[in-house]
Amino acid sequence: MLSRISTYLFLRPRLVLLLLLGPPLLYMLVVYLGSLFALLVNSFFYLEEFTGLIVREFTLRTYALIFNPANREIFFRTTLMAAAVTVTDALLAFPLAYYIARFASPRLKTWLLIAVTIPLWSSYLVRVYAWKLILAKEGILSWFINLLHLNPILDWLLSIPAIGGSSLSLSPLGMFIVFAYIWLPYMIIPVQTALERVPNSLLEASGDLGAKPYQTFRNVILPLAFPGVVAGSIFTFSLTLGDFIVPLSLGNSKFFIGQAVYSYQGTGGNIPLAAAMTMGPVVIMVIYLLVARKLGAFDAL
Amino acid sequence: MGCGVFRAGETRPEHPAFPLPFGKQVTITSEFIVEPKNNHSISAVKFLDVNRYFGEVRAVDGVNLEVRDGEFFSMLGPSGSGKTTCLRMIAGFDRPTAGQIFLYEQDVSRLPPYERSVNTVFQDYALFPHMTVGENIAYGLMIKKVPRLEQSRRVEEMLELMQLSGMTGRKPAQLSGGQRQRVALARALINHPKVLLLDEPLGALDLKLRQQMQSELKAIQKKVGITFIYVTHDQEEALTMSDRIAVFNHGRIEQVGSPAEIYEHPRTPFVAGFVGVSNLVSGEVATRITGRPEPFSIRPEKIHLASQEENPGEDQYIVDGVVRDVVYLGLYTRYMVELEGGGDLVVVEQNLRTTSMDVLQSRGQPVRLSWHRDHIRRLGA
Repeated sequence: MLSRISTYLFLRPRLVLLLLLGPPLLYMLVVYLGSLFALLVNSFFYLEEFTGLIVREFTLRTYALIFNPANREIFFRTTLMAAAVTVTDALLAFPLAYYIARFASPRLKTWLLIAVTIPLWSSYLVRVYAWKLILAKEGILSWFINLLHLNPILDWLLSIPAIGGSSLSLSPLGMFIVFAYIWLPYMIIPVQTALERVPNSLLEASGDLGAKPYQTFRNVILPLAFPGVVAGSIFTFSLTLGDFIVPLSLGNSKFFIGQAVYSYQGTGGNIPLAAAMTMGPVVIMVIYLLVARKLGAFDAL
Repeated sequence: MGCGVFRAGETRPEHPAFPLPFGKQVTITSEFIVEPKNNHSISAVKFLDVNRYFGEVRAVDGVNLEVRDGEFFSMLGPSGSGKTTCLRMIAGFDRPTAGQIFLYEQDVSRLPPYERSVNTVFQDYALFPHMTVGENIAYGLMIKKVPRLEQSRRVEEMLELMQLSGMTGRKPAQLSGGQRQRVALARALINHPKVLLLDEPLGALDLKLRQQMQSELKAIQKKVGITFIYVTHDQEEALTMSDRIAVFNHGRIEQVGSPAEIYEHPRTPFVAGFVGVSNLVSGEVATRITGRPEPFSIRPEKIHLASQEENPGEDQYIVDGVVRDVVYLGLYTRYMVELEGGGDLVVVEQNLRTTSMDVLQSRGQPVRLSWHRDHIRRLGA
């Protein structure tokens, strides 16, 4: 019986393809893209301010709201934060990924990869709160800075209007630290994978042709690792753009996109505006990917 | 060195002994191409008691070697025999555990690869996948900050020499195996290395292309007059191209010599067995045939196969047997003959007048094998 089924399927590769791809494709279309589509549709409705009811009529007035100065500032602030976090993570991840990919023994490599991913095993919320405690006025970081007599530097940093605040745990600077920490594994893994795929003979060939190690790094390693960096940056950038928990727990009164969406759809009850705000990061990501493609990030794929 | 210099636009006649591939004359446009020189008195590469251990494993075990200037030198041996490690130590990717390596009288044992004027053609070609053919070939010049204009002029020249014109803009992934091979060669040669190292560069190509590239490589080497050191496990390849061959086994050199010397006068049982096919005869069988117990080797093509009625001359060794197996190979036939009283010999006969029908019927037939006494190689016990 079993062999008859096997033979039947063997002779019908299209049916096998359908059976394999059907369920996930259905899920993708209905649940995944469907919800995104519902979001898109909702963003073209609007909230009637007097009645507080949603009017299901096609309109662009909700999108017009996005371009008022307060919301524009939110977009600008969030994009800037995402860019800063992405650059920082790329700089932090590269040396570690390089070490894991090229120098670590197989045993050490396993342990390092486990160490990199361990934070992902625990709840993200818990880690954010842990960081809140670390960064608090009486927290361990303040204590340590005190120990090193570096308080003036910290105070000076916190006094800068755009990034400062009353303490690290209530400032954009603190948010930046936590974002950079939280998304770091998502940068390390793709960069490490990209570096792993660079055959040793390419590096030897470069040296053989007269390139000193730093020249090999610039001309061979970096260009070949670039797609990995871009892949990682897609994670760090988009995750920062949409996140609302970190700004909610560590931020000040200045909103970020995720936070704004959260409050519009919750307490505000303004689903159309929340939906329109959500389309913001989608558009920003599309632009980001187009730029990355222009830079040749996907040529090696 | 007194080498002839060719000026731009001059056409060099083909070397009669090494006709260019594709039957095409190549216009030489550079001072780079020199008169074939054979300055065999100069040593290009010298190994002095070189050892390389990987932990307990003696990959290279006390190798002494001298490669002469302008020579096509092959390192031949099975995998794990230390030939590639030797090559990597010349390139600088690996350093000897003990001993010294000289490049034109300069001790380079501790120099990094980028400070040695040797270039390598890698087994997997190691072309940079993110660069075009032109950028790959120009890499060495770009690193040396050669002016752009000269870079492109020399790249064009190499492309022409390698029959790759018009491929400048392609990526390595868009090339065939043979083309990649030639790009790798061009990328190395454009730097005018003192010695070119080739690590089994033809291994990934199919038979026909490999044979074509063999003659092409040899022609290019004659043309540019650079010392080539060629690592291979393919004895036919080594015999075809080399001026001299070093046969490696277990990290040691078994024998160094010209292809003819290696083939006709193997000095050890290993060389006799590895280079070409050889019948190794020893012990009782040897005594029965030659009257002496010393082991000897005899090439299959030197053995004459006849019926048992035939009586060969006085200067022949004779042994009778029965054909146990016949393999018809088109050009020739390989017979496995079981000797009377034990042992067997492989015999190869060209199919001059025989057809497959004839040879296949010889299975099970009694035969008399004979060969000239001068054709055996005594291999010292």
